[in-house]
Amino acid sequence: MTSPQTPGITSGRLSQEQLAQNFEDLHAPCDGHEAAVAADRCYFCHDAPCVTACPTDIDIPLFIRQISTGMSEAAARTIFEQNILGGMCARVCPTETLCEEVCVRETAEGKPVEIGRLQRFATDSLMARQGHPFARAEATGKRVAVVGAGPAGLACAHRLAMKGHEVVIYEAKPKPGGLNEYGIATYKTVDDFAAREVDWLLGIGGITIEHGRSLGVEVTLDGLVENFDAVFLGMGLGGVNLLEIDGGEMAGVEDAVSFISALRQAEDRASVSVGRNVVVIGGGMTAVDAAVQAKLLGAQSVTLAYRRSQAEMPASRYEQDLAASKGVHLLCNVMPVAMHGDGAVAEIELEYTQVVDGRVTGTGETMRLPADQVFRAIGQTLAPADGLEQERRKIKVSDTGRTSMDGVWAGGDCTPGEDLTVVAVAEGRDAAEDIHVALMA
Amino acid sequence: MADLTSNFLGIKSPNPFWLASAPPTDKEYNVRRAFEAGWGGVVWKTLGEEGPPVVNVNGPRYGAIYGADRRLLGLNNIELITDRPLEVNLEEMARVKADYPDHALIASIMVPCEEAAWKAILPRVAETNADGIELNFGCPHGMSERGMGAAVGQVPEYIEMVTRWCKQYYDRPVIVKLTPNITDVRKPAAAARNGGADAVSLINTINSITSVDLDSFAPEPTIDGKGSHGGYCGPAVKPIALSMVSEIARDPATAGLPISGIGGVTTWRDAAEFMSLGCGNVQVCTAAMTYGFKIVEEMKRGLSQWMDEKGYRTTADFIGRAVPNVTDWQYLNLNYVTKAKIDQDACIKCGRCYAACEDTSHQAIWMKEGRVFEVNDAECVACNLCVDVCPVEDCITMERMEGGAVDPRTGQTVSNDYANWTTHPNNPMAKAAE
Ligand SMILES: Cc1cc2nc3c(=O)[nH]c(=O)nc-3n(C[C@H](O)[C@H](O)[C@H](O)COP(=O)(O)OP(=O)(O)OC[C@H]3O[C@@H](n4cnc5c(N)ncnc54)[C@H](O)[C@@H]3O)c2cc1C
Ligand SMILES: Cc1cc2nc3c(=O)[nH]c(=O)nc-3n(C[C@H](O)[C@H](O)[C@H](O)COP(=O)(O)O)c2cc1C
Ligand code: SF4
Ligand code: SF4
Ligand code: SF4
Repeated sequence: MTSPQTPGITSGRLSQEQLAQNFEDLHAPCDGHEAAVAADRCYFCHDAPCVTACPTDIDIPLFIRQISTGMSEAAARTIFEQNILGGMCARVCPTETLCEEVCVRETAEGKPVEIGRLQRFATDSLMARQGHPFARAEATGKRVAVVGAGPAGLACAHRLAMKGHEVVIYEAKPKPGGLNEYGIATYKTVDDFAAREVDWLLGIGGITIEHGRSLGVEVTLDGLVENFDAVFLGMGLGGVNLLEIDGGEMAGVEDAVSFISALRQAEDRASVSVGRNVVVIGGGMTAVDAAVQAKLLGAQSVTLAYRRSQAEMPASRYEQDLAASKGVHLLCNVMPVAMHGDGAVAEIELEYTQVVDGRVTGTGETMRLPADQVFRAIGQTLAPADGLEQERRKIKVSDTGRTSMDGVWAGGDCTPGEDLTVVAVAEGRDAAEDIHVALMA
Repeated sequence: MADLTSNFLGIKSPNPFWLASAPPTDKEYNVRRAFEAGWGGVVWKTLGEEGPPVVNVNGPRYGAIYGADRRLLGLNNIELITDRPLEVNLEEMARVKADYPDHALIASIMVPCEEAAWKAILPRVAETNADGIELNFGCPHGMSERGMGAAVGQVPEYIEMVTRWCKQYYDRPVIVKLTPNITDVRKPAAAARNGGADAVSLINTINSITSVDLDSFAPEPTIDGKGSHGGYCGPAVKPIALSMVSEIARDPATAGLPISGIGGVTTWRDAAEFMSLGCGNVQVCTAAMTYGFKIVEEMKRGLSQWMDEKGYRTTADFIGRAVPNVTDWQYLNLNYVTKAKIDQDACIKCGRCYAACEDTSHQAIWMKEGRVFEVNDAECVACNLCVDVCPVEDCITMERMEGGAVDPRTGQTVSNDYANWTTHPNNPMAKAAE
């Protein structure tokens, strides 16, 4: 019998029942009574700080009050007017660093209004009962090409379709959704929500997705610019950073995003392989997600190795606590210097670090951890985007998403700014508004 | 999408939500911002006679009643009518009306009970191009001590007389605002109708003392150690207002008289309830004073969503729909027999239903081994107290007994026929059933 103690990288470490339990919804949806009690806590603040903190500016006090008055579907409409992926954002937003962080009740009592859960309550109620809630404006005859069916591309396409334009999305992958479908942790989006949400969003009409058509392979930017009235690039970050150390290419050293993607797409979680001793290099959301999911799959020990202090970890305190509660060991101020093993990795060598003049430097002291699987989660990079001016290794854009090329807009992870679903939605939506103005001028 | 536009006495507004005459409508600055925030109309803060304006206290003028978590349920005030000069108000009203022709703007007026006083002010109000006037016969404090406000509103003959003057000297709609500080609200309403009023609006605030400071032994709000009764408003007064509205809506002497509903309107649902009882529109004060002008957005969206769900296109489709269902006790169906039923899966075993029924009602709930609470149908009179005290919504429900079944409490067979007190054998005045 395979168990967490079984050496090497293998599948089926846990029983089906255990796996099902491990990958349940992280936060159970709230029922009507819970929602009413939670909603009653909102003060309907003036010029509410939570709204300012939401990248999509959802009118939070209004939608919460609508829940209070028994109108959760009207509440959902208030949310979707600003953020058409409000359902996914309700599940994946790090609310502890966004709206809930600044809620006045967090400041006053250390217990914010549960905005994320209430948003989920409202959006679920509408999606369960209604078809698509918005209608398209009269056709404008304009056509826009969107590259990438991730949150940025979908939000942009939806807003454009609503304004009456025709949209064609070119998507490299066989499924739409971007990282909603391939990246977000399993327990944040259960029951195939990402796919259901895209179906529901496309209910607006006027959007076609052409799968398996990649920019740079099947289509070119010049071609799109020529054939469409405008182009929006929302292709996210295609590349991943590699570990440039001894043994960095050894078997067993893998990319965290690919591991997560394989897990998200697996029909049967018991078929996904994971090591006995797993080490994840990185300190962001991807690192946490890879570490937690490795643990949930049955790895005996999982260590997250981060090169700075715990306080500096990009993953929020909440995410860190989540990892710790699932049994992930957080090891800070260490950096990998080599992998050891005979063909496949067996041990990772880490060096302790300190920060000197703002730079992370090794102290010279090293240690080794057993590791039959090592995940790299040290950031994703922009795939080459020829002809477009760049800024901080991403596509340079104006406030409204205009790139350096005429008729080409961009948003989401491929542009500067925080890499979050909700930020991608905001940028896609705002670019659509600007495209609309440009096309109708 | 539902059409929220409203037509009250021929006065059109983009929606049926008006701000009641009170601080939110006290000046141009407020009213412009209120219209921008989405309110359909305003009744300007009550105007007084020309000359030195009234003065307000300079200490606290409000007292409050809170629910859990400091939620404001009731507000009490000792504010008077506008304390700004008449000319200033009139100029501002004219400017605002000119800029917002599609919004309703009503002038609220309170001058002494003399024909000359009304004759003097009405033409000046007419010049502002306001859509109509509202006669403030309701203010229960201060102004009533001077023979105005509720002092007029409590004497039907005065109401009729003043209303008649107004209809004589003013040619746009006249709304009479009623005080609830009276035994039978139908009398002043009928007087208003007799005087020619186009509509009544109600309720104004209710005489009240919100609390007593137990250190100083003075009522709240306290001004230098003393307090005066104030006017109560906010969510707490809604049930009183609804009842008064329903009485006017169904009394033959006043039925059909247009009503503007006021008193505790806080959500879309409150508004829908007032309108279903016959109100052509609603006015709001405390909700705006508690949450700001933006609160109207919830009212509009909620009402619109509800109308869509029900298939109502315009507000006329549901205004007055509940009026025929308000009746006298004597006409309630005594053959309608229900029993409380506890959903054991939903029950959290707190025992509140048991305490309420055992101590104060009919001893109809058993507390069994393992804190299982069950209704004893042989004792349950279906009073609903357990439903009202149960913390879990829909955990206890009232289930109707079908005709033919035997009520274990009375031993009688339940009949599907309607039968009320007027024909009941225990009623000495009973008429023979026809
Ligand atoms: C593991 C992981 C976990 C995360 N967890 C969270 C979280 O919990 N909360 C949160 O807010 N954010 C999270 N994020 C970040 C979030 O997923 C991204 O910020 C967001 O998805 C960015 O949206 P996007 O549309 O810009 O890009 P993507 O979601 O990456 O979508 C880009 C799309 O473009 C397609 N594409 C790429 N190149 C081409 C091409 N050349 N031609 C055609 N199509 C192309 C891709 O296939 C993809 O469908 C996480 C990210 C990762 C990697
Ligand atoms: C501070 C305050 C001042 C008020 N002033 C007036 C007034 O000048 N004229 C008037 O007709 N009603 C006045 N009212 C009564 C309101 O118009 C309204 O009838 C009452 O508050 C009930 O509505 P509500 O429950 O929505 O507050 C006042 C109410 C408050 C709270
Ligand atoms: S800050 Fe908190 S209390 Fe205030 S409106 Fe936002 S959610 Fe409500
Ligand atoms: S609400 Fe404004 S005017 Fe009133 S006491 Fe407070 S600060 Fe003063
Ligand atoms: S009050 Fe309601 S929840 Fe409490 S014991 Fe009775 S039925 Fe159960």
